[in-house]
Amino acid sequence: MTTTHAERQAAARERAFSLPLDQVDPSDPRLFASDTVGHYFERLRRDAPVHRSHSETFGSYWSVSSYQHIMQVDTQHGVYSSDWTQGGISIYDAPIERRLQMFIAMDPPKHDDQRKAVGGIVAPGNLANMEATIRQRTANVLDGLPRNEPFNWVDRVSIELTTQMLATLFDFPFEDRHLLTKWSDSATSVPGLDGRFETVEERWEVLRQCREYFTVLWNERVNVPPRFDLISMMAHAPATRNMDPREFLGNLLLLIVGGNDTTRNSMTGGLLALHRHPDQMAKLRANHSTQPTLLDSLVPEIIRWQTPLAHMRRTALADAELGGQQIKKGDKVVMWYLSGNRDASAIEQPEQFIIDRARPRQHLAFGFGIHRCVGNRLAELQLKILWDEILKRFPVIEVLGEPQRVLSNFVRGYTELPVRIPG
Amino acid sequence: MPQVTFIEFNGKRHTVAADNGLSLMRAAVDHNVPGIDADCGGQCACATCHVYVQADWLARTGARTTMEADMLNFAAETQENSRLACQIQVSDTLDGLVVSMPAGQH
Repeated sequence: MTTTHAERQAAARERAFSLPLDQVDPSDPRLFASDTVGHYFERLRRDAPVHRSHSETFGSYWSVSSYQHIMQVDTQHGVYSSDWTQGGISIYDAPIERRLQMFIAMDPPKHDDQRKAVGGIVAPGNLANMEATIRQRTANVLDGLPRNEPFNWVDRVSIELTTQMLATLFDFPFEDRHLLTKWSDSATSVPGLDGRFETVEERWEVLRQCREYFTVLWNERVNVPPRFDLISMMAHAPATRNMDPREFLGNLLLLIVGGNDTTRNSMTGGLLALHRHPDQMAKLRANHSTQPTLLDSLVPEIIRWQTPLAHMRRTALADAELGGQQIKKGDKVVMWYLSGNRDASAIEQPEQFIIDRARPRQHLAFGFGIHRCVGNRLAELQLKILWDEILKRFPVIEVLGEPQRVLSNFVRGYTELPVRIPG
Repeated sequence: MPQVTFIEFNGKRHTVAADNGLSLMRAAVDHNVPGIDADCGGQCACATCHVYVQADWLARTGARTTMEADMLNFAAETQENSRLACQIQVSDTLDGLVVSMPAGQH
């Protein structure tokens, strides 16, 4: 197994560095499923950090692979648009009538007003209120795990915990919470490519079911006094209470994916990273048994190492210069956060997983600028509690094999990580 | 070197000697003052070095830049006197500056 993995990586590296530069296209989802895309990014950072790439599936686009150029694009929202009418935030151009109208895919001023309508749910005081609930749920999930038998960490821990969290944020019927996972996976699916849906309309049908379900919840809450959940907050905020059905669905899916798919994969990625870096696991356990100070730097390092969303896309609203390249109005610009988070010019020893870095929070995984992740501090809190509770309980978690990865260049995630907990 | 004071949300004060020409954020980070996260490292791109400038200092710390205002627009608990510490450059005129911090950096 190890040899096969090493051989596969070596072959990918050979190819990544020998291809003519104009044929380098890091968007192929198979490179993400095989976890070999890093070699292509390394090539691009070295030879062409702002690179004109061509994909049969996604068309021509600018691949931005260095930390600092990504920062430049992310902070110039007046030049690089996120708006769904321009193309939105992912490399995949859905037909215009099937694009998600969510605030992350809007430019100011509408973006600002809608984002502010929900941002309060993760304000510092509210996070403090949620902490005890998250800890209790985490403890329950971990205490319920099988012992001495293999199980899938993704299903039993990562999906379970993030879906419970999301159900709480929406005040969503707890017994139906598996639907949130289904809708999240459907929202990020590219029909015809990842095996989930063959056609755009099949996907849309599932998303319509999501809208119908939430419409019932909305109607219950819009005519009663405001409560502390995301649906009620949107139903009562001036910027979101009169959304048309397309925006209603778009913003729901944004919150579902944002609150679910990302942290889910960091929960799996953290275990994988610590398994592959046993010295760091030993350091973490030694620290935790005395005074658990390393959890605060472990968590951002997990998020950097995983980078659960591999890219965000923008569309140029005007001609612009970036890294010596001429970007033309209308060009698609892809910021590869995954690559920026492996850029040695910004992060020391970026390929290494180091739980006590000096500046662990300086990573791109949450994005920067006005679209920076709303729920970043909640995600960090969930991961911190998870690792605190894991370390209290399990002296050993055996990882039994390679993970199965998602076939996507957007969600950098896992469907399976086989583990066993002795005891 | 100008002396600047950071007051944590819990009221704990930290007075440090700040380097002229560097940002107020750097003064906090370089002296390990808790409560300033500075996730973007000083590029006005994250709003996690959010501070409240005491009223009598506001004229000397200057006005928010456009990008700074855009970022503070989404920070938690923004007030009239909110600034990003990475956008305030330390100089002798800021000797004695006092800023306080919000409950958390978002």
